[in-house]
Amino acid sequence: MSNLIKDDYRTRVTMETFSFLPELTADEVYDQIVYIINQGWTPALEHDRPENAADHYWGMWKLPFFGMRDPNLFLNEIEECRQAYPDHLIRVVGYDSYTQCQGHNFVVYRPRGM
Amino acid sequence: MSTQTFDAGVQDYQLTYWTPDYTPLDTDLLACFKVIPQDGISREEAAAAVAAESSTGTWTTVWTDLLSDMEYYKGRAYRIEDVPGDKAAFYTFIAYPLDLFEEGSVVNVLTSLVGNVFGFKAIRALRLEDIRFPVAFVKTCNGPPSGIQVERDKLNKYGRPMLGCTIKPKLGLSAKNYGRAVYECLRGGLDLTKDDENINSQPFQRWQDRFEFVANAVDKATLETGERKGHYLNVTSGDVEQMMKRAEFAKELGQPIIMHDFLTAGFTANTTLAKWCRDNGMLLHIHRAMHAVIDRNPNHGIHFRVLVKCLRLSGGDHLHTGTVVGKLEGDRASTLGFVDLLREDFIAEDRSRGIFFDQDWASMPGVFAVASGGIHVWHMPALLNIFGDDSVLQFGGGTQGHPSGNAAGAAANRVALEACVKARNEGRDLEREGNDILREAARHSPELAVALETWKEIKFEFDTVDKLDG
Repeated sequence: MSNLIKDDYRTRVTMETFSFLPELTADEVYDQIVYIINQGWTPALEHDRPENAADHYWGMWKLPFFGMRDPNLFLNEIEECRQAYPDHLIRVVGYDSYTQCQGHNFVVYRPRGM
Repeated sequence: MSTQTFDAGVQDYQLTYWTPDYTPLDTDLLACFKVIPQDGISREEAAAAVAAESSTGTWTTVWTDLLSDMEYYKGRAYRIEDVPGDKAAFYTFIAYPLDLFEEGSVVNVLTSLVGNVFGFKAIRALRLEDIRFPVAFVKTCNGPPSGIQVERDKLNKYGRPMLGCTIKPKLGLSAKNYGRAVYECLRGGLDLTKDDENINSQPFQRWQDRFEFVANAVDKATLETGERKGHYLNVTSGDVEQMMKRAEFAKELGQPIIMHDFLTAGFTANTTLAKWCRDNGMLLHIHRAMHAVIDRNPNHGIHFRVLVKCLRLSGGDHLHTGTVVGKLEGDRASTLGFVDLLREDFIAEDRSRGIFFDQDWASMPGVFAVASGGIHVWHMPALLNIFGDDSVLQFGGGTQGHPSGNAAGAAANRVALEACVKARNEGRDLEREGNDILREAARHSPELAVALETWKEIKFEFDTVDKLDG
């Protein structure tokens, strides 16, 4: 970053949790999936067009993966989803049935240019 | 068939109110007091006096006692325990029948339990340590307007604590300049900003002007970042009509959250406002000015965990709890205890955290714990470890004191928070590796690098005044 602009903070479009970190590597995504599964939560995938990002509901990729224990299977689903919707945002959700809330939620894929 | 006769005069309290064989009912309201009696008064008599003066008793017998079923209505001191490390004081446990209290009124409970009895001459000092509210009473209270789960869903904040900050300087800014400070914080990456508790509607900044400028700041930041933002609009005012007028206007402006000071304004105002928030889909942030007057003296007053329970019953979605690590008072184990009382559904007795009773909230929504006051990025790993995800971490000076301003300060805090959350989820030890985690994160964030440089030396190393007994 040049000295000339170092004190100017440019507003960014962000997507909530983890959007202030560099894009997660495959290994880092794997670790977060392990975390979700170890918490006893159900991993799920959602996707939508970038212009709909602010909506409460994004499209669901299949159903939440109830009972899935193998993080690699979930990584395969992310890849399948990405191929089916290459111009969509994709986020990982961890459903916590005890609190009826989402224990985790982060964007795992942004289409080119976002 | 009555067998009692009226015997005028003064009786020992313990004849009526000391009942060591009593087994409390599930519907009884239970209280634990720490008592220091005057010299020459036995523990049993002092305990019974507290039970009497906080329930049906008065200093002398009266004939109308016999018209009532005193055996049913009286409070009962049923247990006495030593206070670890303090020979002068003892704990007494008192059971009150539920019928002594109006449904849904924490006001009525407090008027009895911390009323006249606290000025009673036979007692040198008295502290209400804990109350067990029976489920039968809990179910008559409205509780938090939204609670943790609903607030997360409304604001779309998952998997991490929320980030906030109180706008500074706390007094004297014009409404428009104030809104600017809000906008800068929110566009930089904070989720929420907060009115200082002292900001109501002073000559330098009337409330309507503040609300309008702040609403513009919140809406613009929301639009530009794509994230949901909010500012706690303080509706605390000199009278309830004015408070409601401000709340209505915040809703009219489409704002998600308002704020209230529950102790200075009082529980009646707070409960009214919380019910209005439930009806109107507004979130409610609760500040706690005046609490230290009531809860800091270890021998006299009310422990904060009691105020926490009363607030959860009266209603609020956030409550300040101290930071453990910052500039304000707070013993760690004790804080963890009342943070659980705010957020969990069932909390078991645990003396190591100052919890004297099991407390069942019977599905009443939980309240976010707010950590605020003298904290900065270097505290982030410890704060996340202590408070977990269901909290709001508020860095006032730690955001607005950043050399490049509020937006950069906000971004620095957000990067630090997300780096810590990610590391925790990966199984790393936050307290041990915290500094490394922050330094790694600063490699891709110049804002964080500057923040780490700025606040390295700040420390608050005074001893806690109100420690757990023992």
